[in-house]
Amino acid sequence: MTKQHANWSPYDNNGGTCVAIAGSDYCVIAADTRMSTGYSILTRDYSKIHKLADKAVLSSSGFQADVKALQKVLKSRHLVYQHQHNKQMSCPAMAQLLSNTLYFKRFFPYYAFNVLGGLDEQGKGCVFTYDAVGSYEKVGYSAQGSGSTLIMPFLDNQLKSPSPLLLPAQDAITPLSEPEAVDLVKTVFASATERDIYTGDKLEIMILKADGIRTEVMDLRKD
Amino acid sequence: MKLDTSGFETSMPTIGFGSSDDTLDGFSTVPSFDLPRTTDFDGFQKEAVQMVKPAKGTTTLAFIFKEGVMVAADSRASMGGYISSQSVKKIIEINPYMLGTMAGGAADCQFWHRNLGIKCRLHELANKRRISVSGASKLLANMLYSYRGMGLSVGTMIAGWDETGPGLYYVDNEGGRLKGDRFSVGSGSPYAYGVLDSGYKFDMSVEEASELARRSIYHATFRDGASGGVASVYHVGPNGWTKLSGDDVGELHYHYYPVPPATAEQVMEEAAAE
Repeated sequence: MTKQHANWSPYDNNGGTCVAIAGSDYCVIAADTRMSTGYSILTRDYSKIHKLADKAVLSSSGFQADVKALQKVLKSRHLVYQHQHNKQMSCPAMAQLLSNTLYFKRFFPYYAFNVLGGLDEQGKGCVFTYDAVGSYEKVGYSAQGSGSTLIMPFLDNQLKSPSPLLLPAQDAITPLSEPEAVDLVKTVFASATERDIYTGDKLEIMILKADGIRTEVMDLRKD
Repeated sequence: MKLDTSGFETSMPTIGFGSSDDTLDGFSTVPSFDLPRTTDFDGFQKEAVQMVKPAKGTTTLAFIFKEGVMVAADSRASMGGYISSQSVKKIIEINPYMLGTMAGGAADCQFWHRNLGIKCRLHELANKRRISVSGASKLLANMLYSYRGMGLSVGTMIAGWDETGPGLYYVDNEGGRLKGDRFSVGSGSPYAYGVLDSGYKFDMSVEEASELARRSIYHATFRDGASGGVASVYHVGPNGWTKLSGDDVGELHYHYYPVPPATAEQVMEEAAAE
């Protein structure tokens, strides 16, 4: 008897793009708000950005049901952490928790492409970028999702800094100020929207600084 | 097909010294993973890997010589044909006298090396002495063997200095474990072997060995599309490891093959000819 193959897949791709940029005392996390399936748009108004802790904000593209499940797991683990340690999780700690949570489902992965942004213990911006099964790296900027291949080369061009692996070490601070970074993000999404069918509708930007989080919304092309 | 484990979940809400025992015991057994409920596990894994395209690709190498162990790697991670990062740390610092290299799946290598580091530390605490390179590599190999056939992709080398001197083991996702004094792992390894094998001598100084390691990685990044970024070189000696160099391979190219400067007359001739 020939092996039976399933006639359905547990996964779907809802598209969308997420970007994060780290600065000397701020972090910008942005994502579009379009949720699609195949060639249809499910909604134009879905937020892909989620605050996990005071200093850690997660943005994920991919399969939003898996993203929702992932957020729930992280939220509950964070709550336990707060009960046990009487403080919020720092961004680097949340980064490792996310990596382990993703790897826990190594054999049935969360179809989620994540970017975690926030402020580290010294108040400097930090961005962590992930693959679907949990490998992660601290970087100065990152883009994930359907528009990432359009956006990353441009961010490399504008923001690329000497690799942290170089020896003797070279300084790698993004020289951008916060308004410049927000402007760069808006530019980058406007361009990605032109060429990626899954990106568009609205752009949601969260700016994290030591004194709190600010949100901005910008319209993108709806076609 | 439920794998045995109790250790992966860390101590849960009950605050009490009872629960912490589970955690300690748990690390000596196999972590538990959610498995898909399907009759066709292999088919599912193949499709899942093709869809999520986990980051991988590499050139790493390590060799033993008179002064210890030299370990080198590139820093590129690729997802399918897309370069997802040029700054991946592929030489993982397990503890101050042991290094692990990453080749194959990035998440697999990161996770299992972190797990190995925890086990090595627990061994130190339980036995009041450092774990040997042989012991550490065996812990890793046994762990990977229990996941044999499930699609992990790990090709790693454990390099260190213990009481018996310099040690180097190759461990892979099949559960294979080989002791040796010269290894290169990854998609760029054939190119690295070519340069490494032809230049290798046991009696090299640290400078000569590090230059050989650097050049081997450079040549692999030159010919292999999945390797690139920064060539890092580490040395493991009796007092632990030190990072010797980290050079961008694009710059190394012009260092090894400088463009001959055009002389003034040559330039004038070309201009006159136009």
